[in-house]
Amino acid sequence: MDWLALTLSLQLALATMLVLLPIGVWAGRRLAWRRFRGKVLVEALLALPLVLPPTVLGFYLLVGMGGASLLGQWYESVFGQQLTFSFQGLLVASVIFNLPFAIQPMQRAFEAIAPEVREAALCCGMSPLRMLRRIELPLAWPGIVSALVLTFAHTLGEFGVVLMVGGSIPGQTQTIAIAIYDRVQAFDTASAGLMSAVLLLISLATIGLSYFATSRIGLSRRG
Amino acid sequence: MLDAELACGRGEVLALVGPSGSGKSTLLRCIAGLHTPAGGRIECGGETWLDTVSGKNLSTARRRIGMVFQNYALFPHLSALENVLEGMDDTGSAEALERAQRLLRKVHLDGLEQRRPHELSGGQQQRVAVARALAREPHVLLLDEPFSAVDRATREKLYGELAELRRDLDMPVILVTHDLEEAVMLADRMTILSRGRSLQSGPPLEVMQRPATVDVARLVGLRNVFEGEVVSHSRDDGHTVLAWNGRQLRVRLQIAFAVGSRVAWSLPGAGVLLMPRHRPPSGNLDHPLEGSVAKLVTLGDRVRILARVDGSGGALLAMTVPRHLAERYALVEGQPLSLRLRGEQIHLMAADARDRVLASA
Repeated sequence: MDWLALTLSLQLALATMLVLLPIGVWAGRRLAWRRFRGKVLVEALLALPLVLPPTVLGFYLLVGMGGASLLGQWYESVFGQQLTFSFQGLLVASVIFNLPFAIQPMQRAFEAIAPEVREAALCCGMSPLRMLRRIELPLAWPGIVSALVLTFAHTLGEFGVVLMVGGSIPGQTQTIAIAIYDRVQAFDTASAGLMSAVLLLISLATIGLSYFATSRIGLSRRG
Repeated sequence: MLDAELACGRGEVLALVGPSGSGKSTLLRCIAGLHTPAGGRIECGGETWLDTVSGKNLSTARRRIGMVFQNYALFPHLSALENVLEGMDDTGSAEALERAQRLLRKVHLDGLEQRRPHELSGGQQQRVAVARALAREPHVLLLDEPFSAVDRATREKLYGELAELRRDLDMPVILVTHDLEEAVMLADRMTILSRGRSLQSGPPLEVMQRPATVDVARLVGLRNVFEGEVVSHSRDDGHTVLAWNGRQLRVRLQIAFAVGSRVAWSLPGAGVLLMPRHRPPSGNLDHPLEGSVAKLVTLGDRVRILARVDGSGGALLAMTVPRHLAERYALVEGQPLSLRLRGEQIHLMAADARDRVLASA
């Protein structure tokens, strides 16, 4: 059991989730309620990680963040180390490939709020902040939780992109999914089996918990 | 496309009436600030809310409005009391709580404060919506077809409650409805809208009895609309003579229309009477006519008749009689009828610029 890999995976998943929470809420709201030119293109772009082969995504991320890129060079000049093949690079990649998992459920949740309810909130003189806090978030909460859980679970399981962008550096970028692959290549099925089971249980527990929580919220609203 | 103008005073109820698509809800939303028109001006209590010329456009939250939506738009996750509290400025104070409870009592909802919207009936939800709108202490109360989503019995009850409530309201109240009867019951003034244009404003009964144009006549449900020509005015005798399909009708004096001009004229269904034969006329502007039943439709306890007037080129007069009367005269299609037109109720309007106007079935 590679505890280091597991810890790394959990850290990556947690960090991604935290970064995507504000981004998802902001983007989810805007996409739910605004109409603008090119909206369809934006939605399509955001959905790309759902359909692109992970290696393609990984390749483009590598090119975009690597030593030869503007971003990579800027990062190296500021932090003194390469962005690719580091935990930070994995985080950037993880945020990007989880965008649809975070944004789409949040967008649906905000869309589900009847426009008249928001208009009524405006008629009550609510400021945008109060409206967000008092009306929008409480009503969209189940969707937001789903999005976060999906992001967490998906990050735990991501393989292709992580391998390409992070390499497989133990302690730095060797997540548990990669460690399992590594162990299988080395014919260490016992280790691989144990880690797979642990990952399976964690994923199941996470998703189960979120379904349970959202069904409770749904129940309490219906009384 | 909206091209409308309206005004409403304190404590006055103005009904915006028109068919679907006439722009009445859009107009209301413009007042609320939920929709910005391409050009216009909105003023309330001396404060300019919108002026496209100067670029001023106050946001909805800054305008002090109370709005009741067609489907109430209550906050589904909050109780009735919390819904009403959200309408207030100082939501957290004990004073606000007391005011909210008083408002709920006023709309006959005491005991139901803790219920969520899904635990309330349609009529109760509507009352919460009204209380929430009033909690804002608005400068204008806007009601967007507030009764259309409830059943008849509840609606009748709510009419009574609104009529009672409005006595205590000293703000302008604007009510959007497609139901003329509602406007007659609840409003002091009415503006008729059609296809985005405001056609006529005035007290409801006046608009219905004295429509300004043929369009308005149709919109208020007048089915007898015809064309004629003004023959003469007689001020001494208090009548105008109208030529219609070879007949001369003496109608209420309306000197605004020049002698010889073509006019349109309307007559409410109540102005056409079924008379037993050979009964002498009672009023001095009554006109006896002979005709026959062209079409007969029984609707519950009333019978709608379309009568073809003899010798008038096929003109059809619409009238309604109680069922027992129709049965007494054993009315059937084709049967000859003796009718009386009440000239007193004939109202003249400018001739329709379009093709000949015939009575609609």
